[in-house]
Amino acid sequence: METRRDAFQAIADPTRRAILLLIAAQSMTPNTIAEEFHTSRQAVSKHIQILTECELVKQEKKGREIYYHINGNKINEIDKWVEQFKKILETQFAQLDKVLLTLKKQKNEK
Amino acid sequence: MKNNLQFDFTVTKATKTVIITREFDAELSLVWDAFTKQEILDQWTAPAPWVSKTKYMNFIVGGKRFYAMVSPEGQERWLIQEFTSISPKTNFKMLNAFADKDENAELPGSEWDYNFSEQNGITKVSITIFNESFDRMEQLLEGFQQGFTMTLNILENLLAILSKRQ
Repeated sequence: METRRDAFQAIADPTRRAILLLIAAQSMTPNTIAEEFHTSRQAVSKHIQILTECELVKQEKKGREIYYHINGNKINEIDKWVEQFKKILETQFAQLDKVLLTLKKQKNEK
Repeated sequence: MKNNLQFDFTVTKATKTVIITREFDAELSLVWDAFTKQEILDQWTAPAPWVSKTKYMNFIVGGKRFYAMVSPEGQERWLIQEFTSISPKTNFKMLNAFADKDENAELPGSEWDYNFSEQNGITKVSITIFNESFDRMEQLLEGFQQGFTMTLNILENLLAILSKRQ
């Protein structure tokens, strides 16, 4: 099976979440991003690479510098996560529907 | 069973409010019991294959429900709820918080406001959740959705920033 990084895995890491927040406000170069963190430049590069691979951030060349900015479309996809919460509620309520049906039957039999 | 029962779910990120409306094909007194009696609550409040186990429940103002959601592997996630207001078959309010197994609540919790009404044998339940922490929601979801560790918190922040830019 093909192993592929997905956005949720990417976002599970606190440093990557922090990077996303940073560049959501403004596009930044790898150097300016690295300056914000107490980790090595290499470590930050690796995080940016993962974020790029799963399309959460996009690269843009301006002159000699590469700027990273957020990919809004992908972020909206994450909004689907809210749907997960909704699904759990739906599951619970569907269970309740069944319970109510049973209770109604029991009541009618009495 | 009717399939056209209403289900609305709205998350207002700015005010940390979640509004849920759901209709049930049953009379009001039955639905009220389903939300307020421990033996019925335990039959539906944990999404399968998790099960709900209520250690005790005292449905009076100031009373509490202390219960666990238990995974098939036996992992327990404890929750404590305190009932702050009860108007029989109409409304009740509670404070909801995660807890440890010794009943120590992880404060602050969220406030849940339940409203019940019946029309033509269909009971509508409207639930408003105030001050829901998306971190807390995530904890709950993490238990149910293995590998799903994304936080709603970050989403909330990102969406706020993105909407400002537009």
